[in-house]
Amino acid sequence: MAAVTHDQIQAHHPGPTGLMRWLTTTNHKDIGTLYMIFSFIMFLSGGVMALTIRAELFQPGLQVVQPEFFNQLTTMHGLVMVFGAIMPAFVGFANWMIPLMIGASDMAFARMNNWSFWLLPPAAILLLGSFFVPGGASAAGWTLYAPLSVQMGMGMDMAIFAIHIMGISSIMGAINIVVTVLNMRAPGMTLMKMPMFCWTWLITAYLLIAVMPVLAGAVTMILTDRHFGTSFFNAAGGGDPVMYQHIFWFFGHPEVYIMILPAFGIVSHIIPAFARKPLFGYASMVYATASIAILSFAVWAHHMFATGMPAAGQLFFMYATMLIAVPTGVKVFNWVATMWRGAMSFETPMLWATGFIFVFTIGGFTGLICAIAPIDIQVQDTYYVVAHFHYVLVAGSLFALFAAAYYWLPKWTGRMPSERLGKLHFWCSMVFFNITFFPMHFLGLAGMPRRIPDYALQFADFNAMASVGAFGFGLSQLIFIAVVLKCARGSGERAAARAWEGAEGLEWTVPSPAPHHTFEEAPVVK
Amino acid sequence: MSAHANRRLAADNRRLLLRLAISAVVMFGFGFLLVPFYEKICEVTGINNFLRPEAEQGARAVNTQVDASRSILVQFDANLHDLPWRFQPLQRSIEVHPGQLVQVEYEVSNTRDVPVTGQAVPSYGPQVAGRHFNKLDCFCFAQQTLAPGERRVMPVVFVIDPALPEEVTVITLSYTFFELQGRNTTAAVPGSAAAAPVPGG
Repeated sequence: MAAVTHDQIQAHHPGPTGLMRWLTTTNHKDIGTLYMIFSFIMFLSGGVMALTIRAELFQPGLQVVQPEFFNQLTTMHGLVMVFGAIMPAFVGFANWMIPLMIGASDMAFARMNNWSFWLLPPAAILLLGSFFVPGGASAAGWTLYAPLSVQMGMGMDMAIFAIHIMGISSIMGAINIVVTVLNMRAPGMTLMKMPMFCWTWLITAYLLIAVMPVLAGAVTMILTDRHFGTSFFNAAGGGDPVMYQHIFWFFGHPEVYIMILPAFGIVSHIIPAFARKPLFGYASMVYATASIAILSFAVWAHHMFATGMPAAGQLFFMYATMLIAVPTGVKVFNWVATMWRGAMSFETPMLWATGFIFVFTIGGFTGLICAIAPIDIQVQDTYYVVAHFHYVLVAGSLFALFAAAYYWLPKWTGRMPSERLGKLHFWCSMVFFNITFFPMHFLGLAGMPRRIPDYALQFADFNAMASVGAFGFGLSQLIFIAVVLKCARGSGERAAARAWEGAEGLEWTVPSPAPHHTFEEAPVVK
Repeated sequence: MSAHANRRLAADNRRLLLRLAISAVVMFGFGFLLVPFYEKICEVTGINNFLRPEAEQGARAVNTQVDASRSILVQFDANLHDLPWRFQPLQRSIEVHPGQLVQVEYEVSNTRDVPVTGQAVPSYGPQVAGRHFNKLDCFCFAQQTLAPGERRVMPVVFVIDPALPEEVTVITLSYTFFELQGRNTTAAVPGSAAAAPVPGG
């Protein structure tokens, strides 16, 4: 893989046009855009699955789908949202923004960058196509626990290959980001002067390189158990299905920080910009991010408290998990302290960022509650857990992604996003999100199990409420399409180079929209 | 940037790429390394003993019923009743503790050139010992059909009940083989001489 230097990029003009321009592009901005379009399409397909699930759960009994298909929907909703929507969206932001933030002309390996994107659509086709093969899609839950995942039809094999391909794509993307951040910074930009988004992505990229191969190994073991006579997880052959859970969650827990650390970075940009104050405690933010990442390798078994672990193990993982609340608390404290006595204004990005802090913190609290082993054994596999991880993944990662999209849309399109539509989008999302997921806490505490298409009658009211909220939340996302299309078509107020009054950073020194090639001569950071 | 600086940057980038790619490959291997790790940890901490049952042998429940304070001499005897077989125990006698699980073997061979079916009947000396002599497995539980010239080694598994009276120190276990006339199959006929002996008797 040759590094493409900027002489070669200049020789690239004029490039191919039409579809070939996008297929062959090595430009970080084009690839970033592709990533984001891809992830939004996947977000909508995962959303359709979620709404089908909620339609089925609107009333007790079976109305809309059969139980087998319901299981496929919950599985694929998780896989599509995690690997298709949230992760590629953050990689898209990294592609667009990291070179602009550190004053680099492009990513370090522009052709590898192209490849890491174009691996994703085939993977998505494999994943979504598995609905149409005999036996249907994988229905083992997004965690693909053995022994279920060892038993299913060919849809499971397609999911395994899709995960392999998406894993390779993520690893290449992560390597690209690490090299870009470490080697391509503008002169004068030391690591501790680097924008928080670059810091959080640097740490995330290391996490990706460390754990995506472990997931690839785990699904490879499932594959060989299925077809090549091995018995990694087959108790009859001397294996152990619980071992799958250990290997999976060794990947799985760092994975949840992969999905939230870049969100922390985004919020650390937006809060100072709209509070018109520098970020409070920059160094502590960096160290907190790093400690969250390191601790994430020592907490995986808190997903498995109910597997019959010895008490000593439960205690270790319980305390290690609660320890993570400390650096996370430092972050939330710093954001609030940044707002303290700031000259705050609440444009759309700031609304999303403050909304993020509010709802993400609720998700963090329920996380702390789930971390306590005796409580976790009670709420294990109930809707309480569903509520918890949707508070951190939807209200955490997704809200931060929307905040970032509104914040940087002027830089991408040269037009300010519509404040009216943006605020409508925020308030609809915020209200409907809470209508959907807050009642799930009560459902879980009352004992409603997750991943089951039917439920006892006493859960009917809260489920109806959650379903109404879910459809409201799903439809609210269409507002976002309108906002983006409006900006992309070039209607709306023209954006200045520094689109937001208090925004800081190198990305605001280039014109809006950002030209195809930026920072061909590296800026000097004082 | 000068061409020279560009070349140097490209080389730096490639070097870092190589290192990161190697760490990704190493982590893939680490995923598989977790398998022996897991087995080792389970073995050391004694969780999930179904993974390595042989490592757990020492931890199996011990037979607490063994009365090690006394030993009984068990003598084995073999007789034939009008049956041209060879029949003998592989050991003449054995010292056992009451409560101990013991296995001994008898050898039988058919000297005739036709298949013969026989049934062994046990008896005990002294007779009172019979009530405390629990056979868990015995060739006398079933009819034995031997092909012409066939030789067979057959087990007896027994436990002597610790409730055996103190004064009994020697038990003789004697088997007598009878031929089941006119039959050379093992099909059991209810109520025939082949009916299973009373346990312990």
